[in-house]
Amino acid sequence: MSTRTPRPRTLRLALIASTAGALALTACSGGGGFDSGSGGGQTQAAAKGPVTITFMITSNGPADVKLQQDVVSGWEKKTGNKVNVVAASDINQQLTQGFAAGSPPDLFFTDANVFPTYAKAGNLVAYGDQVTAKDDFYPGLVKTFTYDGKFYCAPKDSSNLALVVNTDMWKAAGLTDADVPKTWADLETVAKKLTQGDRKGLVIGDTRDRIGAFMKQAGGWIVNDDQTQMTANSDANLTALKEVQKLLQSGSTAFPKGVDSGWGGEAFGKGRAAMTIEGNWIKGALKSDYPNVKYAAYELPAGPAGKGTLSFTQCYGVASASKNQAAAIDLVNYLETDAPSLQLAKGLGVIPPLKSAEAGYKAEFPDDNGFLAGSSYAQGPVTVAGMDPVLKDFDSQIGSLQTGDPKAMLDRLQKNGEAVLK
Amino acid sequence: MSRTTSARAGETRSGWLFVTPVVVILGLFLVAPILMAFWVSLSDWAGRGSPLSGAVTFVGGQNYTDLLGQDSLARSDFATSIRNNFYYVLLVVPLQTVLALGLALLLNQRRLKGLSFFRTSYYFPTVTSSVAIGSVFLFLFAGSGSVNALLKLVGVSGPNWFADPRGLLHLLLGAVGVGNGDEQGPAALTDHGFLSLSWWDWLAGPSVAMITIIALVIWVSAGAYMLMFLAALQNIPAEVFEAAAIDGASTWRRTVSVTIPLLRPTLFTVLTLGLIGTWQVFDQIYVMSKGNPSKTTLTPAYLAYDSSINQGAWGQGTAISFVLFAIILVMTGIQSWILRDRDKPRRRLGRAQRGGAGTGGDVGGYLATAGRQQR
Repeated sequence: MSTRTPRPRTLRLALIASTAGALALTACSGGGGFDSGSGGGQTQAAAKGPVTITFMITSNGPADVKLQQDVVSGWEKKTGNKVNVVAASDINQQLTQGFAAGSPPDLFFTDANVFPTYAKAGNLVAYGDQVTAKDDFYPGLVKTFTYDGKFYCAPKDSSNLALVVNTDMWKAAGLTDADVPKTWADLETVAKKLTQGDRKGLVIGDTRDRIGAFMKQAGGWIVNDDQTQMTANSDANLTALKEVQKLLQSGSTAFPKGVDSGWGGEAFGKGRAAMTIEGNWIKGALKSDYPNVKYAAYELPAGPAGKGTLSFTQCYGVASASKNQAAAIDLVNYLETDAPSLQLAKGLGVIPPLKSAEAGYKAEFPDDNGFLAGSSYAQGPVTVAGMDPVLKDFDSQIGSLQTGDPKAMLDRLQKNGEAVLK
Repeated sequence: MSRTTSARAGETRSGWLFVTPVVVILGLFLVAPILMAFWVSLSDWAGRGSPLSGAVTFVGGQNYTDLLGQDSLARSDFATSIRNNFYYVLLVVPLQTVLALGLALLLNQRRLKGLSFFRTSYYFPTVTSSVAIGSVFLFLFAGSGSVNALLKLVGVSGPNWFADPRGLLHLLLGAVGVGNGDEQGPAALTDHGFLSLSWWDWLAGPSVAMITIIALVIWVSAGAYMLMFLAALQNIPAEVFEAAAIDGASTWRRTVSVTIPLLRPTLFTVLTLGLIGTWQVFDQIYVMSKGNPSKTTLTPAYLAYDSSINQGAWGQGTAISFVLFAIILVMTGIQSWILRDRDKPRRRLGRAQRGGAGTGGDVGGYLATAGRQQR
């Protein structure tokens, strides 16, 4: 007995000791990059000599990565710095890991959806006011990337929703330019005419990022102008959801899943949809995946309260844990001049964020007025920290809109959103 | 006496020396992360820098009360994920166990030709990447995929599997006239609920989309458990079967009364591993559905990942993990209690009583004494 009793205690001690050691180790390694200040705002002293900047981007393929590399090479030559362009496979997860480890990329694409979450957690530097081209950005974009009164990051580009039409199917159905829908009633009519066999007239994504355009056209939106109150359960929004429900029930319209597709562009490319509502990105996708589809983009039809569309954008985020902030901001300044921003916009088919680049963009894409037309009245995404799960929950409700109760969906969105804004 | 003690002390020392690497590695990669995760679940860490730094504050059980206490989106999501996973476990665990046992019994016949071919082909899904299998199933069960093409041959128009959020129980209940059509439940069930989810929602059953994932998982994991059963079957001495055969037992009788009771320890292992594995289902969800359609394939493990990584709610994500851990502990406890060997405790207690130890008082002590006496 005498030799046995100490064993459990020794075991416990050893476990405690090794655990403590492990914790200490983790603490040391994890804490390294942390003390770079709480919240965004300040920049760190510039490193001496040429630096290498890690630039994480999202891409649709190697062509996008090469384009980005070509564009930044001008800056590399000018400054002697190097840029390491990294294409992310899951940018959200990779950035999250980087933030937690204190070693995020210096510069990265930040979607407007996740921007408030990153800004709130203090992961971003609020460098917006240091950008030379600050006054040349479209005001809506600046508003999107302003959090807590601070303009955080320079918008990269923007895209607006438009009605994309398959011109061959359009002609085959006996439709002409005069039939391009101007109102909801027109849209119902042409969608019906274009429906044939297992092809739907119109396929729209089952998310607030598409249905939201109908809300704007009906005069509603999810939140009020300064995003301090939920306005989800308004009559205007109900009208919008009922209109979409009517389209779905008429059989002329479907969600992408209903025609075996991941998104509207895929359904459109595969010929399962004659029309879809998507943004500028559809051009690149059709070019690479369905090069033979002929299409045209038109401004979205107006609803009872007039025209409405949604705009989507990303910005160049600079990490507050980055050691090369000054160089990263300098690179953004370079990218936000006419030539590089136009080069990127042309390659990706998106709208440059600079008003001064608009003429050059129009000259390059004369057929893109359908996308561009909405720029003056487009609604940006909801940018409230913590609102993302609420909006995703609404998306999951929209999936059953055809048979579901639109009023209950909006009430649920209102209730959940109020809990976040409280 | 003193010589033995010092020799033992030496043994103890070298014993510790040998296990130190394992203790350190386990501590560093298992115990420390678990403790850190637990700390995160009690803190307001927002995913920036180390969770142990001074900027992170202790918030007590707030993440847990947010999850379980008040009516919120977080709670309704969590309840939905628990419901989905519960139906998933309810179907996967028994079916995969039965399938694995059946396959093992088939492959244990010595006269079967091409034995190693069948063993390999049943085991193959288990060693294939779950991501690859998930992608293949996505194609198979697409609206115009092979499964629906086959169904069409027999005149059935199959559902759009991965886009169909309708619950199986709802469909069955609807077929027998319960519910008001269009998935709307009777008011008695929809007006009341538990954890932000109405009773009608709790009764949804696995969605059509979840059924495909269930089918996939059964097919994949049955092979691994089959191997365990096969190993156990081959350990049963042939004499036992011969004796049973001489007594005139039929094949069925032999399986039920001899084979399965002798497989009890393996059955216990398979059920326990199955239960733990199914409550932690993640990869298939991540690859195939990400919780869609209408959150009917959302599981706690995926929800924990989504809250932490995508929404930056690390406290809530880790709290979900620990609640899931508690659920698994309770479920495994219940399962081992149900499957306990009912003969043993009775015999032990009997002996202890016969030994004149009396009743009442420290039963545990008597049981322990009885156990030692037995040995």
